[in-house]
Amino acid sequence: MPETPPPAASNLPSLSLHIPEPRYRPGDTPDFGDIVVPAVEATPRPGEASKPDAMRELCYGLVRVLDFDGEAKGPWNPNLAPDRLRQMLRHMMLTRAFDDRMFRAQRQGKTSFYMKCTGEEATSVASTMAIDRADMVFPSYRQQGILITRDYPLIQMMNQIYSNRGDHLLGRQLPIMYSAPEHGFFSVSGNLATQYPQAVGWAMASASKGDSRIATVWCGEGSSAEGDFHSALTFATVYNAPVIFNVVNNQWAISSFSGFAGGERTTFAARAVGYGIAGLRVDGNDPLAVYAATQWAADRARTNNGPTLIEHFTYRAEGHSTSDDPSAYRAAQEASAWPLGDPIARLKQHLEMLGEWDDERHEALRKELEELVKTSQKQSEKLGILGHGMHQPFETMFEDVFEEMPWHLKEQCAQMLAEQEKKFGPDWKPE
Amino acid sequence: MMTLKDSGATKTMNMIEAINSAMDVMLERDDKVVVMGEDVGFFGGVFRATAGLQKKHGKTRVFDTPINECGIIGVAVGMGAYGLRPVPEIQFADYIYPGLDQLVSEAARLRYRSANDFICPMTVRTPFGGGIFGGQTHSQSPESIMTHICGVKTVIPSNPRDAKGLLIAAIEDNDPVVFLEPKRIYNGPFSGYYDRPVEPWSKHEASAVPEGYYRVELGKAATVREGEAVTVLAYGTMVHVAKTIIEESGIDAEILDLRTLLPLDIEAIEASVKKTGRCLIIHEATRTSGFGAELAALVQERCFYHLEAPVERVTGFDTPYPHSLEWAYFPGPVRIATALEKIMKD
Repeated sequence: MPETPPPAASNLPSLSLHIPEPRYRPGDTPDFGDIVVPAVEATPRPGEASKPDAMRELCYGLVRVLDFDGEAKGPWNPNLAPDRLRQMLRHMMLTRAFDDRMFRAQRQGKTSFYMKCTGEEATSVASTMAIDRADMVFPSYRQQGILITRDYPLIQMMNQIYSNRGDHLLGRQLPIMYSAPEHGFFSVSGNLATQYPQAVGWAMASASKGDSRIATVWCGEGSSAEGDFHSALTFATVYNAPVIFNVVNNQWAISSFSGFAGGERTTFAARAVGYGIAGLRVDGNDPLAVYAATQWAADRARTNNGPTLIEHFTYRAEGHSTSDDPSAYRAAQEASAWPLGDPIARLKQHLEMLGEWDDERHEALRKELEELVKTSQKQSEKLGILGHGMHQPFETMFEDVFEEMPWHLKEQCAQMLAEQEKKFGPDWKPE
Repeated sequence: MMTLKDSGATKTMNMIEAINSAMDVMLERDDKVVVMGEDVGFFGGVFRATAGLQKKHGKTRVFDTPINECGIIGVAVGMGAYGLRPVPEIQFADYIYPGLDQLVSEAARLRYRSANDFICPMTVRTPFGGGIFGGQTHSQSPESIMTHICGVKTVIPSNPRDAKGLLIAAIEDNDPVVFLEPKRIYNGPFSGYYDRPVEPWSKHEASAVPEGYYRVELGKAATVREGEAVTVLAYGTMVHVAKTIIEESGIDAEILDLRTLLPLDIEAIEASVKKTGRCLIIHEATRTSGFGAELAALVQERCFYHLEAPVERVTGFDTPYPHSLEWAYFPGPVRIATALEKIMKD
């Protein structure tokens, strides 16, 4: 390689490389005063068939319904009945109770890994309530609220987390990588944003068959940087696919703040603009806003008016996973300083303002859900926990690589069984 | 299941026509089959493999896609999850890399990771191989990358009749299949002598292709030439090159056309090598970690005490596929004849 030539004499400043840096690090006192939170009434609600270029400002605004006093108002108010609101609260609270319990189970050594969605419960719960039960969801890894909202048995989630005898995925997947086709919940990959084009393909198939079902798909702001995200948006706009893209902007991708996905320059909803699809930026801690935005996008998709990208502006209140220690890279008070509050507290406040809820009922519900989780956990643990005993017959390791096992896998399976016999003695039999 | 015998009238077809016919038959038989890819719709594909299919089967069954291989394969995974049977085309195998994550981490493992909740009955068709002055981005042979993925089947036809039957079997397969089409022989078998006139498929007996539905089962090799002196393992274009050189040499070689690399027809390979005691492997792909290495390992594991000479590999070189010097890269007559001479001498 030739040597770098010396810089030419010039009066221009030299180039400098920008490396994004979050504003607050451990020890700092975060101040989110500069985050613009427009008034609830300020964000207009266009018709579901509006042209994307006529509603671009929604990519830069913030869809809101609940004000900070707990009142629901403005053009996006979905006007849900109190029973429905209580249902929503219950799903969010159950999600949180489940998370707390499973996080603890991991700390107790009962499984290898867990991921909480604390502070983000509104995004998956309210979104799921706003679509049809038959619609297909392509989740990322922090959407346990979807399964809970669709009444997927907690014990089955736990069985998967423990990789135990009841795990219908046969212990093959990392904890929380659920799969639940009967509940319209696609298999969680673990690779990031790969589900994005897949959801578009599902939606294209649905449209091509004259079906009425739509697809929704999830990723974080961090993984919106993946090529798959952009592939998906391209295909969706080209074929006008009936799909809702959800980007949960929880500010942090493990230790990388949203600036490393381009968040310093524009919003994530604004990614929609370049593709000519509808974009909505939503207060992700306002369950009614999430519900309203999703309902709008679902109606739009179902009437052949095309895809929508929804950015859920929220905050990841806890670590990325049980393997993460956020105190090493971000200011401890960020979650409490977050200007959009906590989704459960906000819905509770709203229900109280309506005279439909109170502290006593809230506490009773909290205890009831905690008990429910505890009972399910006990049942699940009867089927085993990770690392204590063998829960799956060894040969299941070789099954389902293909529909029918080819000779080379049969040979390898026999080899593995022989290894186990050698290890455990002649009386050993596979479970 | 229909076999070749009862599948009705035959028609003379080249590889492209046979591949086209396979998709036509399957689009007709199964409304879940969709064909998509760059330029495959109205235009009918840059190699004409999908010519006329959109007109006949409609735009929602056969359509163009954005130039985005990650999207093409990713979307096909989703279509499969819905219940369709997608047949995406990647315009050149050299372009499959942007879609590789969707193939390796998603399509290939979906059945496994979801314990049969979701499957991926997708067939990725893609032209591969050189000898057409395609340069380094239109000539590669990535088959060993495909066979290294667990959960994907890899199929390579070498003639029109096999191409149609294998493609139908691939489309009907409930697992993802990478169907690599040797583009050098789309229009006629290749002798290995680039300076000789191209012989059309019509002069080859395998161009008599049944017009209707039939399957050539995956995982079965074909014996192209029976012999006693040496076993030649080849696939795709190299089957024909091998045949020419063997005929010139007068050596009584047995040529196996592998047809499916994974799952591999190990029984056929084992039986032949045990009979001949010698094994020559020929592929166009680069040498190091090529599929020939796998074949050589399997042959020595299973046939070591029957071997009378070291297993030989004739391959492309470990360089990018050069443009102007492609015939110096190509494992042609001289390289094959030299290896044959060596293996017969030992």
